[in-house]
Amino acid sequence: MNFSFSEEQEMVRDFVERFVREKYEPDMRRKIESSEQGFSSENWNMFAELGWLGLPFPEEDGGFGGGAVETMIIFEAFGRGPVLEPFLATAILAGSALRQAASAAQKEALIPAIIDGSIQLALAYCEPDGRYNPANVSTMATETGEGFVIDGDKSVVLNGPAADRLIISARTHGQQHDPDGVTLFLVDASAKGVSRQNYPTQDGFRASEIVFDEVAVSADAVIGELHGGYAILNNAIEEAILASCAEAVGAMEMLYKATVEFSRTRKQFGVPIGSFQVLQHRMSEMFMEYEQTKSLLYRAAMAMDAGADDASRTISALKIQVGNAGRKVGQEAIQIHGGMGMTEEMYVGYYFKRLTMINSLFGNIDYHLRRFTGA
Amino acid sequence: MDISFNPEEIAFQKEVRTFFETEYPADILEKSANRQSLSSDDMVRSQKALHAQGWIAPNWPEEYGGTGWSPSQKYIFETEMARAGAPRLVPFGLGMVGPIIYTFGNDEQKKRFLPGILESDIWWCQGFSEPGAGSDLASLSTKAERDGDHYIVTGQKTWTTFAQYADWIFCLVRTSTEEKKQLGISFLLIDMKSPGITVNPIVTIDGGREVNDVHFENVRVPVDNLIGEEGAGWTYAKMLLTHERTGIAGVARSKEQIETIRAIATKTDNGFGEMMTDDADFMRRLALVEIELMALEFTELRTLAAVQTGKAPGPESSILKIKGTEIQQLITELFVELAGNYATPYLPEFYVPGSNVDSVGPGWAADATSKYFNFRKTSIYGGSNEIQKNIIAKAVLGL
Ligand SMILES: Cc1cc2nc3c(=O)[nH]c(=O)nc-3n(C[C@H](O)[C@H](O)[C@H](O)COP(=O)(O)OP(=O)(O)OC[C@H]3O[C@@H](n4cnc5c(N)ncnc54)[C@H](O)[C@@H]3O)c2cc1C
Repeated sequence: MNFSFSEEQEMVRDFVERFVREKYEPDMRRKIESSEQGFSSENWNMFAELGWLGLPFPEEDGGFGGGAVETMIIFEAFGRGPVLEPFLATAILAGSALRQAASAAQKEALIPAIIDGSIQLALAYCEPDGRYNPANVSTMATETGEGFVIDGDKSVVLNGPAADRLIISARTHGQQHDPDGVTLFLVDASAKGVSRQNYPTQDGFRASEIVFDEVAVSADAVIGELHGGYAILNNAIEEAILASCAEAVGAMEMLYKATVEFSRTRKQFGVPIGSFQVLQHRMSEMFMEYEQTKSLLYRAAMAMDAGADDASRTISALKIQVGNAGRKVGQEAIQIHGGMGMTEEMYVGYYFKRLTMINSLFGNIDYHLRRFTGA
Repeated sequence: MDISFNPEEIAFQKEVRTFFETEYPADILEKSANRQSLSSDDMVRSQKALHAQGWIAPNWPEEYGGTGWSPSQKYIFETEMARAGAPRLVPFGLGMVGPIIYTFGNDEQKKRFLPGILESDIWWCQGFSEPGAGSDLASLSTKAERDGDHYIVTGQKTWTTFAQYADWIFCLVRTSTEEKKQLGISFLLIDMKSPGITVNPIVTIDGGREVNDVHFENVRVPVDNLIGEEGAGWTYAKMLLTHERTGIAGVARSKEQIETIRAIATKTDNGFGEMMTDDADFMRRLALVEIELMALEFTELRTLAAVQTGKAPGPESSILKIKGTEIQQLITELFVELAGNYATPYLPEFYVPGSNVDSVGPGWAADATSKYFNFRKTSIYGGSNEIQKNIIAKAVLGL
């Protein structure tokens, strides 16, 4: 075992951390969040120029062949923003589906364009009644002579508004909850019959409800095997969990540190509130939660890179830990900041909101407890 | 001891229920049911309906406009009001300054201010907290200097809820720096239209606009607006704060929310073809909150039974504040959980009546997350929950 980063990994970390420090001061973030698009094209182009968007893709596809550890490094730093550019949706969620299963032609058409920043993607897999179960698919893809016709609704599609291409899950076989019979399709976001209702998310990102109304696609729009989309989705979601949990660790670090700092300077009853033992204990707990989560994050990233048998189970463990710890650290940070913690102006709210949303994305604590216990 | 209602109480329950069904403004109930935000006008109208019925101030002594109800009747009233989905009363006049005025004010002040509170014609706000004086309220520094028949008030209040609507503000001000800090505090009523007052909004993490900074610059306030004695404001404030704490508990409302969650859970898919009510983990957590609430309901009834109408409860009120807010916060979290992926969209326009923004997902989910964020305030305001525990340790346990 080895717990230290390589030289290249340290370089990436330093770069991304510097980017967040310089481009994500609270005022800058507020400006990006309140812009129409919800992210900065300038930042996105910089990600492309610096090669970050290529990091998760294999070298043979024009990427830099990074693994889970590299993803973790980028996203832990992103969590300190929290960064709003749709890296997760494009390069991790949708990117993972391409990495796993796209044909050579599909890869060639998409991956270089993702890496150079010219296109964005979204993975549309949640459905109105599906909750967290990616097998719960009632969007139908019906085979025709030339290809397929897709009908159905997808909900809370992250980066839906900016996506040029959508990867969507649709049922080609079986019943609504069957893992078998789900197929992934590549659909142009501007295709006839695709309509989007766009909105901001609670934590400042953008998402869409997307309706597919008799959307015709050709046979080569299928990604991977026909009926074989579920396994691909599962892996893509696991990669997204690792990334967003790394973000959560970055956010928790910001929160515990900001809270300690605040408690040193805020005085009541003639003393810094940090001198009250009851608050000291709670900040100690915030710190412990952060450390414990970071440990599980490392464990999960290393298990993933090693292709370990228990990688999926470790990912669920991590997601549960992030849910519990994120809730605790977030709530305590607000509480210890008192009224100040409740204000939009005080940036602790950004991290608290991001942590809350990370808990409810990709399966919450209950969902992953089920998965962890094999129930 | 007897847990059941007697025939008169059952009749009273029916009367209250009928009132909310037939006489209370139906459009306001509908807005509340649809989770739309209420305008200040809606709030006033809903209170006027209660006043017309003589039910606006159940906790006031009868001589000042109270109802003369027994604790059971008050309990029934609260329960029915929450059941109907009626909005809570704005607490600043009826729950806070009103009791201070009828307890410590002079006859002139009672005549001048109590009717406007009962009729909801005058909107009050609470000017206690300052940037430097939150938990340590007694260190407040907004000063009021005597100048003939006036006080000249200069300083800043903050976190002032609904100051944007307020006609009057009740303030704690420093009239002396000579003695122990608690002894130099006075309780002053100030007309918000006075020259020298400015109100600036503070946006909260849920994007809401309910709190404000209020600045006072050489504001002239007639000495007639002083409540009780100069320098005795701290004693009055302490009594007001116990009223405030008791009011924050919100037991009846939480009960209603638990029922709402249960009803939604029976209709919400858990993703695996069952309903959320089939989800043992979720239902167990809902049960644990409900059990806490069952206990708190009786803690409240026991506490209030021991208090005479119109008087403030003792330090036991801290238990109501802590437990009541913890339960409210847990309830907001259960809504977020129930919403699943639909906890994610942020659609503030959706709550604005008449807006044409469609909800994303079920309507009940639209404000789940914003409410969770917003309700973090409940363990901070009204004296933070840490401060309440300090009070219990000191005043109840004698530590
Ligand atoms: C939404 C909202 C609405 C409000 N509305 C009003 C209003 O209308 N009028 C009004 O006057 N005020 C209002 N308040 C103010 C509220 O009463 C104060 O926020 C509260 O008293 C806490 O003060 P503070 O924010 O300065 O926090 P601080 O006092 O700075 O406290 C910071 C943290 O330190 C803890 N702490 C402080 N002292 C101790 C101690 N001795 N032991 C252990 N822990 C301690 C606190 O519990 C808190 O966690 C409102 C606040 C909010 C958030």
